[in-house]
Amino acid sequence: MGLGAFPMGVAFGVLVVHSGLHWWWASVFSGFIYAGSLEFLFLGLVLAAAPLASVAVTAFLVNFRHVFYALSFPLHRVRGRLGKGYSTFALSDEAYAVTTGEAAQSFSSRRVLWLQGFIHLYWAGGATTGALLGSVIPAQITGLDFAVTALFTVLAIDAFRARRDIPIPLLALACALVGRFAFPGQMLPAAFAIFTAGLLTRYAWTRRERAHA
Amino acid sequence: MPDTGYLIAAVATAVAVTWALRALPFAALAPLRSSPLVAYLNTAMPVGVMVILAVYTLRSFNPHVPDRAWPTALALAFTVAVHLWRRNVLLSILGGTAVHVALASTLFVH
Repeated sequence: MGLGAFPMGVAFGVLVVHSGLHWWWASVFSGFIYAGSLEFLFLGLVLAAAPLASVAVTAFLVNFRHVFYALSFPLHRVRGRLGKGYSTFALSDEAYAVTTGEAAQSFSSRRVLWLQGFIHLYWAGGATTGALLGSVIPAQITGLDFAVTALFTVLAIDAFRARRDIPIPLLALACALVGRFAFPGQMLPAAFAIFTAGLLTRYAWTRRERAHA
Repeated sequence: MPDTGYLIAAVATAVAVTWALRALPFAALAPLRSSPLVAYLNTAMPVGVMVILAVYTLRSFNPHVPDRAWPTALALAFTVAVHLWRRNVLLSILGGTAVHVALASTLFVH
């Protein structure tokens, strides 16, 4: 599953080198920031020499969704300060996705950390490979960035299969479209805020109906 | 070209914000784990988050630019079909990406 991070990393590495930076910046960005969708935006920001405050605000908005990952990620299974430190550092979308299942709640400390370490390595290794290959890959070869779309699409299908509740993905789709067209500059934070509000409303509604029944 | 000092500062900024967002909620949310609302959000959130992120990656999709819209639409249909058929995450991602690269680099080159 985390293998999907590799082609995405390659796409990112190619972009880093094609933007004129040294190849090893791809390793630095992907190894330290380690947040796929932010890194693609980050690259655009630093190339435009954006102020650090803009970098901070963008990182906050794009990665705010990670706040919710604390609800189900099995950090209680991970032992040691160092282990917990790394585990929170490497809590990427992919790491969250592979641990959302019921089974992950009883994974061993070692298993959680190895899983996260491998996904981290796939991403950083992919970015480094892409950066090294970047000068070799002709500019005519385009479209590698679709790997990110394919990844999230496939994860959405699997998450739906785990709990076949049709209204939730439809609500999320509607929120994403509202975010895209009503708040184009702030699509992610807007969509997540409306989606969360929608879930809270639905929860309150079903509780009231149960109380009446 | 941005200088090295600036790039290091920018990386440090992004790391600090990202790590804080990932680590701090464990302290705040841990006591809430037994709440039924949190349990509901926990089961409902993943599919919604993935749908929103998938749409986010397609935000520049524009049907009026057929050279970019067709490869995206066809590769997306291919990815979904292969995934419903084989249920293999890696196969679906690599297959969909290969279709996209092939179409965007050949038939729909702009």
